Amino acid sequence: MSADKQHSLLSIRNVGKHFGGLHVLQDVSFEVPAGSIYGLIGPNGAGKTTVFNLITGLLAPSSGSIEFKGESLVGQQPHQITRKGIARTFQNIRIFKEMDLLENVMVGMHDHLRYGPAALLFNTGACKAAEKRARERALELLSWVGLDHKADMLADNLSYGDQRKLEFARALATEPKLLLLDEPVAGMNPSEKTVLMEEINNIRNRGYGVFMIEHDMRFVMGLCDRIAVLNFGRIIAEGSPDEVRNNPEVIEAYLGKEEAA
Amino acid sequence: MLEQQLLNALTLGSVYALFALGFTLVFGVLAVINLSHGAVFMVGSYAALALVTHFNAPLWMAMCGAMLASGILGLLVDMLVLKPLRAREAPHLIPMIATIGVGIMLTSAAQGLFGAEVLRFPEETLPAGEFVIGDVHVRALEIAIVMIAFVLMALLFTILKYTQLGRALRAIAESPKAASLLGINVEGLFHVTSFAAAALGGIAGVLIGLNFNAITPYMGQPMLHKGIAVIILGGMGDIRGALIGGLFLGFAEVISKAYLSSQMGDAVAFGLLFLILLVRPSGLFGRKLERKA
Repeated sequence: MSADKQHSLLSIRNVGKHFGGLHVLQDVSFEVPAGSIYGLIGPNGAGKTTVFNLITGLLAPSSGSIEFKGESLVGQQPHQITRKGIARTFQNIRIFKEMDLLENVMVGMHDHLRYGPAALLFNTGACKAAEKRARERALELLSWVGLDHKADMLADNLSYGDQRKLEFARALATEPKLLLLDEPVAGMNPSEKTVLMEEINNIRNRGYGVFMIEHDMRFVMGLCDRIAVLNFGRIIAEGSPDEVRNNPEVIEAYLGKEEAA
Repeated sequence: MLEQQLLNALTLGSVYALFALGFTLVFGVLAVINLSHGAVFMVGSYAALALVTHFNAPLWMAMCGAMLASGILGLLVDMLVLKPLRAREAPHLIPMIATIGVGIMLTSAAQGLFGAEVLRFPEETLPAGEFVIGDVHVRALEIAIVMIAFVLMALLFTILKYTQLGRALRAIAESPKAASLLGINVEGLFHVTSFAAAALGGIAGVLIGLNFNAITPYMGQPMLHKGIAVIILGGMGDIRGALIGGLFLGFAEVISKAYLSSQMGDAVAFGLLFLILLVRPSGLFGRKLERKA
């Protein structure tokens, strides 16, 4: 068990969530290993986004444990969980539209760029230096996703695909160990999907753990090292893409009973 | 005497802007219309007066004390009234009504403590100088008022535009949820915002108290109405809008009092605001009246 903990970045054990009498998640357990791309798939309404909301502290689990690097996340505030090294993007993009791209990314550096109002007034040299470093890092992150040439543009003016990329850069600005992506290719055309797939691979290759929710099967199968399948609030399969693809329960959940038979 | 009136208008308008700035900041960041802001303004002027008369504090020290006192008051309102309502996810009208209650409580407390009559700063504590430029008589007090108002507003603009604190506050204004998931302590910055906004409201109270040298428990109410008008005119939650709107109201009020009717000054000024809103319903700089969830 303790050996397990060392290898997994995030460990979800026997997690349940109900809203009144409605059981959204039941006895959900899986481990997200470090340095890999992990996928959580399942039909619409299976409870995938609820899993993310539990991990990031927007919701509290009704039962079970959630541990990140061996430390419990249950009962922590969202900003505290982010500061431990978990960042996320949203299914419906939430960039700050009234700020430029550079500012958007710099907001993500909040925990690493804190000088109080006092330092601001009395120690402007140190503030300026910190601001300059943050600006350079923000530009670097924007260049990772190919948006550095638009740094001064108002985020509201970006195309849908670029808004997604900006959200990636902003999430990476929190210096996470694990990046949670909530349906990263939702609403994208095939060529945008291909670009984004490369982008996510690049992020993993830079040493970040990636954990994504997605119901685009082809996208997930082509990208993930391991996959868990959620159906009606329960994990019905877990394993490599090949194992999951050939699992009869998964085929049934996705294609329906008749076609599977 | 147009120049003299313009000076009066600038003095009054800069304080209106300062008052409205705190008001609009709370709306922008907390998404709450805090109707205790007028009472906090009143408390600021009493705090300065008490420091001057009871503790013989010099005026500048009394101003700092008043900002601190009203800032703490704003912080308490946030922690004791607004925070529990946030935790219950109370709909928008509830915190607004609750802050009306806070305003009434503070007004009656001031009436009980200081009485209903008009109180004044002792003449000798006010800056005495006066300059004559052309036909215009410029009191040192007016120069001080305009300078204090503009320095504080410039400080706020700078913080909001160029610092991480400002970026975090603007992020919260757009989406508290996204901000919290980027590591920003949203509750903490709600407290900071409430403190800063109330401190600005309190110093505005001191400046108005000094300008007319008259302090009453009821001075917050007309100011609150003007503040609401200013931030609606400027665009709810918009900082630039509060500045322009405050100056505009100051000029409209003074000029209409001087050249149209001394009794109808407010009526004319507010009538003008109404006309502008007919043309631009979301205010001069307003993009949206509702913020995104």
